[in-house]
Amino acid sequence: MAETIVSRRIYFIIFFALMVFTVITAAVSYIDLGAWSGVVAVGIASTKALLVALFFMHLRYDHQKIVWIVAISGFFWLGILFVLTATDYATRNFLTVPGR
Amino acid sequence: MSTVETRPNAVSTHSLHEHFGDLEQQREAATLGMWVFLATEIMFFGGMFTAYLVYRMAYPVAFDAASQDMNFWAGTINTIVLIGSSLTMALAVHASQEGKNKHVVWLLIATMALGAVFLGIKAFEYHEHWVHHLVPGPYFQFEGPDPRHAEIFFSLYFAMTGFHALHMVIGLGLVSWIVYLAARNKITREYHSPVENVGLYWHFVDMVWIYLYPLLYLVAHKHVSG
Repeated sequence: MAETIVSRRIYFIIFFALMVFTVITAAVSYIDLGAWSGVVAVGIASTKALLVALFFMHLRYDHQKIVWIVAISGFFWLGILFVLTATDYATRNFLTVPGR
Repeated sequence: MSTVETRPNAVSTHSLHEHFGDLEQQREAATLGMWVFLATEIMFFGGMFTAYLVYRMAYPVAFDAASQDMNFWAGTINTIVLIGSSLTMALAVHASQEGKNKHVVWLLIATMALGAVFLGIKAFEYHEHWVHHLVPGPYFQFEGPDPRHAEIFFSLYFAMTGFHALHMVIGLGLVSWIVYLAARNKITREYHSPVENVGLYWHFVDMVWIYLYPLLYLVAHKHVSG
């Protein structure tokens, strides 16, 4: 399978989208969203990261399925690390332990 | 996959290593290897992001207060500079796919210049923290509600941005190497894996910063009081 050459226009469009998201995330930091501010910030960052991976890093165009498997497994194991760590630390004080 | 399509012309076969069937297979193997390396890099930075997650959940007030001392504009400008460098890098890879080595060289030099601007702003910020006694250790001073745990924020800040900056320095070295290859016309339309894979590395380092920026600079709704 020959490699796909992405048109230069796509790169400029993605760059523009990344700039827009940067301005949005900076502007949102001026608004008090309470506990949601972190969720919104990480959500916007993930959208930007996805755009970088799909277009700048050519994942969208990579026809090798094994590259997809490696890329997704990297983030999947990172997710395991976050979720299992968070379920431990976030729930430690849910129940009072007698004698502590 | 027909052999007629993938078989490269005789001129470029010098860049084909003997254990690969053809240049196409060689390129795909190189890309896969780079992604495997990047998966280990995800886990490398992932450990520090996990530490950040745990301490931020434990001491949200201290993290809010400590993040107020970050230079908002330095972080924002650096984000724009780094995404700009990713654009020039993506365009350099594009030029290498078309075999335009002159374009590759200039776009990579632009990428390095933007990378250097990023590191310069970072150095300016580190100097500011040093002057304001925000470097963890015996001289750490913090006028806030919870200085002990604000110090944890700054420890994580220096560890994460420090390792990110180290990756940038290594990236600058790698880019200067492919500038040399392109200037010597060792990069061809058929053989441009070095440009492609250094590009992947550069974009990955950009991705790490995309997360560091909101997590370190935009923790709370700051600037409200001025």
